[in-house]
Amino acid sequence: MQAATFNPTQTSLVPRLLIGLAVALTLLIVVAPLVYIFARAFGEGWRVYAENLLNPATLHAVWLTTITALIVVPVNIAFGISAAWVVARFRFPGRSLLVTAIEIPFSISPIIAGICYLLLYGRQGLLGPWLADNDLQVMFALPGIVLVTMFVTAPFVAREVLPLMQAQGSDQEQAAVTLGASGWQVFRRVTLPNIKWALLYGAVLCTARAVGEFGGVSVVSGNIRGQTNTLPLHVELLFNDLNATGAFAAASVLTLLALVALVAKTVLEARKAR
Amino acid sequence: MHIEIDEIAKTFGTTAALHPVSLSLPSGALVALLGPSGSGKTTLLRILGGLEFPTSGRVLFDGQDATGLSVQERRAGFVFQSYALFRHMTVFDNIAYGLNARPRASRPNKVEVARRVTRLLDLIQLPDIGARYPSQLSGGQRQRVALARALAIEPRMLLLDEPFGALDAKVRKELRQGLRDIHDETGLTTVFVTHDQDEAMELADLVVVMSGSQSGGRIEQIGKPQDIRSKPASAFVREFIAA
Repeated sequence: MQAATFNPTQTSLVPRLLIGLAVALTLLIVVAPLVYIFARAFGEGWRVYAENLLNPATLHAVWLTTITALIVVPVNIAFGISAAWVVARFRFPGRSLLVTAIEIPFSISPIIAGICYLLLYGRQGLLGPWLADNDLQVMFALPGIVLVTMFVTAPFVAREVLPLMQAQGSDQEQAAVTLGASGWQVFRRVTLPNIKWALLYGAVLCTARAVGEFGGVSVVSGNIRGQTNTLPLHVELLFNDLNATGAFAAASVLTLLALVALVAKTVLEARKAR
Repeated sequence: MHIEIDEIAKTFGTTAALHPVSLSLPSGALVALLGPSGSGKTTLLRILGGLEFPTSGRVLFDGQDATGLSVQERRAGFVFQSYALFRHMTVFDNIAYGLNARPRASRPNKVEVARRVTRLLDLIQLPDIGARYPSQLSGGQRQRVALARALAIEPRMLLLDEPFGALDAKVRKELRQGLRDIHDETGLTTVFVTHDQDEAMELADLVVVMSGSQSGGRIEQIGKPQDIRSKPASAFVREFIAA
């Protein structure tokens, strides 16, 4: 019995100190700024808060961020499942390279992604003249914002689903085909239920990131107020306008979205662990 | 169903798994593929089930060439070594899976599915476990559920990969008899893979002894258990069944 050898005063003092330190730091670094956001947002009362939120530019930013997430997350789910499936079920040359490639967006600063897309699709970029000739606007418009957000969030679903698929192996899927199931039936009734919680977990993380993305999007959006400003960009814009209450009101929406995602993530984590 | 294996060979990349092997399995036989690991016995079983395709050679079911048939078209009841039960489904839904996966025209209605599942649960002597999940079953129960699930599709043959591999000695003995009984009751041509010579000798009508080598697995001897015991065809067989 190792526990018996511990000095009783030590066991009560050291953990208490560490717990106290952890709580204090969390309050100071994480909770206090969050509380401050809401305190400032509501600082001049409900009426001013509502006015700031209902400002057309702010509403447009909320709408743009929502649209972006609604496009990015489903694409990401489809990409994540396919990538995980290919890597987990097949052996092919370049397989480990593909795994590394999927993770690139995690290690690269989002602003680099933004600049890469600008160099590729921008007016002076590689595809710029062709896009201009065909009257396609990618940069400083929704397509650019969506593309960069997709790049930044690409690994989230794949990374959650892949280890699970690898751990489970393909026995159940093989059993299903021997029972006469078609490819789609196997996916729908065997593969998908087995990865369900990990998939939702990845989707929540992906949504949170898509909604909050700043650096990459700031390069390709052009910051046109009421047109190409996503919510995070709009917060910065309001802040630079010295409209602190407006900035904090917009920030409170973002924060709320993040908190919802956090709760969903915690619930899903518990289900996933089962 | 009569199964004919005609000069089947299989290589995975540069590794030879099966040297060309030929084998004729009479309809209704209970056959053991016996051999050490690396002798290609599981590969041969998976080729029969359509989960692998041979590099060369043919498979004939009742004289008809079945080599190119997809796994779904084979209608082979396959029991995996890991049982591969669907974790998120009840025992009932596991057994009903193959019936529910059929195209609408040939899919039995709900009442009929329930009737068949109940009959299969009776057959494996576990009538009361339909509502349970695989995680709530013992190893022996899981194996029998996997067997019932394979039988539900009214298979043309039954293929089992190390069906007793993951069980303790006492349960093994019980389930051996269980498999024998089910085989006798259904009359299905049944092939199981094992590395345990006692199991093969005790259970099978026909034992196929296989050995592995650099050039792939090959068949050392095909015969009734008593013939293999009394007249081993090679030094390998003599040593393997004595072990």
